[in-house]
Amino acid sequence: MIHWYKDKDVLFSSVRSKYFIIHHRENMDPILEVSHLRKLYRQTEAVADVSFSVKEGVCLGLLGPNGAGKTTTMEMAEDIIQPNEGEILYQGHPRTNSFREEIGIQFQHTSLLNFLSVEETLQTFHKLFREPEDLNLLIQRCELGSLLKRRNDKLSGGQLQRLMLALALINKPRLVFLDEPSTGLDPQSRRNLWEIVLRIKEEGKTIILTTHSMEEAEYLCDEVAIMDQGRVIAWDSPKQLIQTYCQGAAFILPESAFRLDLDRLPFSWKQKDGQIILEITQIHEGLNTLLNLDVDLSGMSVHTPNLEDVFIHLTGKQLRD
Amino acid sequence: MNFSRMWAMFTARNYEFFRDRAAFGWNFAFPFLIILGFGFIFGGREYQDFKVGLFPVEAGDEFFLKSSVPDAFQNGRYLEFIPFADLRSGEGKLRHQKIDILIDRNSPTHAYWINDSSPKGYIVEQLFLASFEKNEIRAEKQVVQGLQVRYIDWLFPGILAMNMMFSALWGVGYVVVRYRKNGTLKRLKATPLTALEYLSAQMFSRIFLLMFTLAVVWLGSDLIFHFQVLGSYAALAFVFFLGGLSLCAMGLVLAARGTSEEFASGILNFITWPMMFLSEVWFSMEGAPSWLQKLASFFPLTHLLTAARKIMNDGASLSEVSSECFIMTLVTILCLLLAAYLFSWNE
Repeated sequence: MIHWYKDKDVLFSSVRSKYFIIHHRENMDPILEVSHLRKLYRQTEAVADVSFSVKEGVCLGLLGPNGAGKTTTMEMAEDIIQPNEGEILYQGHPRTNSFREEIGIQFQHTSLLNFLSVEETLQTFHKLFREPEDLNLLIQRCELGSLLKRRNDKLSGGQLQRLMLALALINKPRLVFLDEPSTGLDPQSRRNLWEIVLRIKEEGKTIILTTHSMEEAEYLCDEVAIMDQGRVIAWDSPKQLIQTYCQGAAFILPESAFRLDLDRLPFSWKQKDGQIILEITQIHEGLNTLLNLDVDLSGMSVHTPNLEDVFIHLTGKQLRD
Repeated sequence: MNFSRMWAMFTARNYEFFRDRAAFGWNFAFPFLIILGFGFIFGGREYQDFKVGLFPVEAGDEFFLKSSVPDAFQNGRYLEFIPFADLRSGEGKLRHQKIDILIDRNSPTHAYWINDSSPKGYIVEQLFLASFEKNEIRAEKQVVQGLQVRYIDWLFPGILAMNMMFSALWGVGYVVVRYRKNGTLKRLKATPLTALEYLSAQMFSRIFLLMFTLAVVWLGSDLIFHFQVLGSYAALAFVFFLGGLSLCAMGLVLAARGTSEEFASGILNFITWPMMFLSEVWFSMEGAPSWLQKLASFFPLTHLLTAARKIMNDGASLSEVSSECFIMTLVTILCLLLAAYLFSWNE
């Protein structure tokens, strides 16, 4: 896209401000800091010891299987439930009453007032905040224009999630919490919701979301904290996590591709369902080696590691477990 | 307290109620059907026993019958003796034919009062006079006037108040518990709305609906039964308003923490049934053991009904029911504050 500027001062000002945003983000203090959170439900320890922080404009994903403590951690950060131990700071200070005016929450399980239309629901919540968002803008952003007269209980899963997202954004929040926003949605609705979340992100809002979908985490998140059994076991950007814990790739070939004794291969390998899976550290070198060994590569597929592989590497189990 | 937020919740709750057609219709149909049924079943019939009022009797005096009233009369069958502190309190009951004769138990002239338009009064007067020895001094007769309060006139405020109680306690208490369970309250907690604002909105929304229902049921029933209201309609409406507030506030306390609809149902039944029987909805507690009357005085419904009947049947003014109004106001404030203090948004 080409931007036209009136004069060089405006251009320099724009460049300076963009530089400032990038530079500032790297050096700024976290908008939310969570330290050593612990939550007990009677004898069950839902969250054992969770610490993380998130800087303004960043999308942080809490990734983990069901029961990992993601939602409990999120609700403690949202000030919906109180931790048994630990500290939560918003902009460097304990949260005050104004915290609710500055955050938006989309819960995983929630319900709305019965017998109200989408429009009435939006208007009701609009009146609850001091400085609410322009409703028309919100309706447009969350694609609710055609649903305004429809009752809440007549919405499909994807439509309801878009309404819930609109309610989370109704107060122009600086910090948005999304608890498994796409769970239960069909692929099209999910993709649609992701696009809306990306647009919110582009506006510079800070997002914390929980998910057990590594695809969602990779698509939306700048940083991912992997949780298991009430703890954060790894925390970095998705790319860095993959690089740190799962280097290389897996080449998958049919058994018929090999005319040599497999033990002669300079890689570790395993056999599964008539296929040979090779674990390759350096993709380029691996390819050259296979070509030199006269392996038929026509039926080969390549699996590059993802966050699920990182999770398996760290915990020994799958995200779906 | 932010009134804009409260107003938003008030209107949202009203939308819900008016659009829930089944619940909305039943709120009108239930009291109307009860009034209609009782009106036709009991018509203008009164109590079966003859009621004899005796005064002055000090509170707690269980031996008040040992008086100058002849033994032959005291031992008569089908007579119920009711103590009154003074002439004034007994006279009011006699005027509306709630009792059939009123006797001054300390009077050397055996003074008694009769309502000259009461047939039962005439019969019990003959029984009273026949109980004296032939040479004994004649009793001194005094006459009061006043039309009989029909049972339906007496019952009508009771049914309206009972409907108010059920609607207030279930419509507030049960609904809030349901909202907590399905996560609606959790969604609202994520906003700046405070517990006091939310609960006040619930209370005022319900009182608005209660007063609306009351007006519609009153007008509909009055077309058939032509109720007699001796006091002012404005005072009566004010008393029902205060009573409704106190019952809603009570419902809010019950709803402050509950998370199970089944448990909430149990608690609501536990509260509503004794209130219905002890607060004089269906029958008068006059003559009931004093401890039971004392227990009934803790219920806001008792004070609502006492005040409403005083205005409707006795023509009392607001100042004459000020003590009942004060108690209902106090119950409202205390329950609302307690509910706000105890209130939990989460399961």
